[in-house]
Amino acid sequence: MAMAALRREGRRFAAPLISPQPIRSSLIAEEQAPLGVRSISTQVVRNRMKSVKNIQKITKAMKMVAASKLRAIQTRAENSRGLWQPFTALLGDAPSVDVKKNVIVTISSDKGLCGGINSTSVKISKAMHKLTAGPEKETKYVILGEKAKAQLIRDSKKDIELSITELQKNPLNYTQVSVLADDILKNVEYDALRIIFNKFHSVVSFLPTMSTVLSPEVVEREAESGGKLGDLDSYEIEGGETKGEILQNLAEFQFSCVLFNAVLENACSEQGARMSAMDSSSRNAGEMLDRLTLTYNRTRQASITTELIEIISGASALEG
Amino acid sequence: MFRQASRIFARSINQQPKMMGRAFSTDVPATPTVDSTFVESWKKVIPNMEPPKTPSAFMNPRPPTPSTIPSKLTVNFVLPYASELSTKEVDMVIVPATTGQMGVLPGHVPTIAELKPGVLSVHEGNNVTKYFVSSGFTFIHANSVADIIAIEAVPVDQIDPSLVQKGLAEFTQKLSSAATDLEKAEAQIGVDVHSALNSALTG
Repeated sequence: MAMAALRREGRRFAAPLISPQPIRSSLIAEEQAPLGVRSISTQVVRNRMKSVKNIQKITKAMKMVAASKLRAIQTRAENSRGLWQPFTALLGDAPSVDVKKNVIVTISSDKGLCGGINSTSVKISKAMHKLTAGPEKETKYVILGEKAKAQLIRDSKKDIELSITELQKNPLNYTQVSVLADDILKNVEYDALRIIFNKFHSVVSFLPTMSTVLSPEVVEREAESGGKLGDLDSYEIEGGETKGEILQNLAEFQFSCVLFNAVLENACSEQGARMSAMDSSSRNAGEMLDRLTLTYNRTRQASITTELIEIISGASALEG
Repeated sequence: MFRQASRIFARSINQQPKMMGRAFSTDVPATPTVDSTFVESWKKVIPNMEPPKTPSAFMNPRPPTPSTIPSKLTVNFVLPYASELSTKEVDMVIVPATTGQMGVLPGHVPTIAELKPGVLSVHEGNNVTKYFVSSGFTFIHANSVADIIAIEAVPVDQIDPSLVQKGLAEFTQKLSSAATDLEKAEAQIGVDVHSALNSALTG
């Protein structure tokens, strides 16, 4: 553009003018050198533009990856939704049950960049801890996932009973979760287990949910006192030696089923949240790139104009 | 002009409730129930945060207990990775409880039964579908709804008899050579499952 302007100004300046090549090199040399007022650097802006464009590409790719992982796991989560319904139909749902030993099982992801779902789970876990605190009561945490562990270890280190990470190294299946549930039940004393996870409602909405699993003793106590579990006594128990044994098996089975569903739903929510986080990130990067491009062009045009002015004033000084 | 405005206004009001109900078809119940005592106690201690949802908000509503015995049994047969049968109306199911094969008809007494590996057969009219289930639980409710939860289930015609024989031989051998109690228990479970498979194929 500068060259065309010079050509238009014409032959008058042909002699004193330096040829096009040195002009460009002088521009570049001045840009890279420590700056005076004369030449404004476009190199810094260009570097920033390159890095922002790379970030945009990376976040777009991460969004695609999260979308494909979501598709894979969404069908499995939907299919596992029928698993916890029979238990709630039989035993009801008693989140406000009053027990001595509460265990809060918080489910979170291992990897980051997934929006706010892990913070939500941790906030609710801490709130439940507060809600179930009281004299002679104790509340412990069992943490699944790296992110919740990092957040909870800061202020509740002594309350963490067990923490498990790298859950999704192999694709989630029921066997793995049932072994995990068995582990938890063996090592932790509990009257009520509260599982906190993000239920996958849709790609943009995740509902923090809490499922409650009661130990067999608490179930018997609640059944006797009436209320929601009141008609549990009307159920005949088939098989097993005693009612207590069946209820024990039932509680363990319920825990592993509910945990399986919870882990799948949380994994879905994680991928969905990552998709929307990466989407907004690439959109922001695009906007930043637009702004930087404008700055770059302005800077570039200003430096060309400065050069032009110098040349022209130099030439007119020579003339007149 | 104002007539148009009131019509458009009314339309926008009508559209709003419809928009609110859009969710997964697998999920939304007809009347979501919320545990009010929990919500209240939550609000007292933590007023700034929304309480978490509980499973009762996502339950599909169950039919109420009828006064007369219904003619059909509603069966929900679920596995961890699929819902085999959901709210299917059948005449009878036979479940392999630990105390033996148990037949369930509409109007059965409410029961909780633990299952052992065996054959589950679903009778509907003249069709009988047989599944081999690994263990699980069965709940029969007063409203003639039967929930069968199993870990694994295969239709009986998909079982390979030669593999069953091989497995049975292998586990019997392991049982006889087992040293620790744990190994003995595992081998015993293997033997039980395979002999049940065997009888499922023959019986």
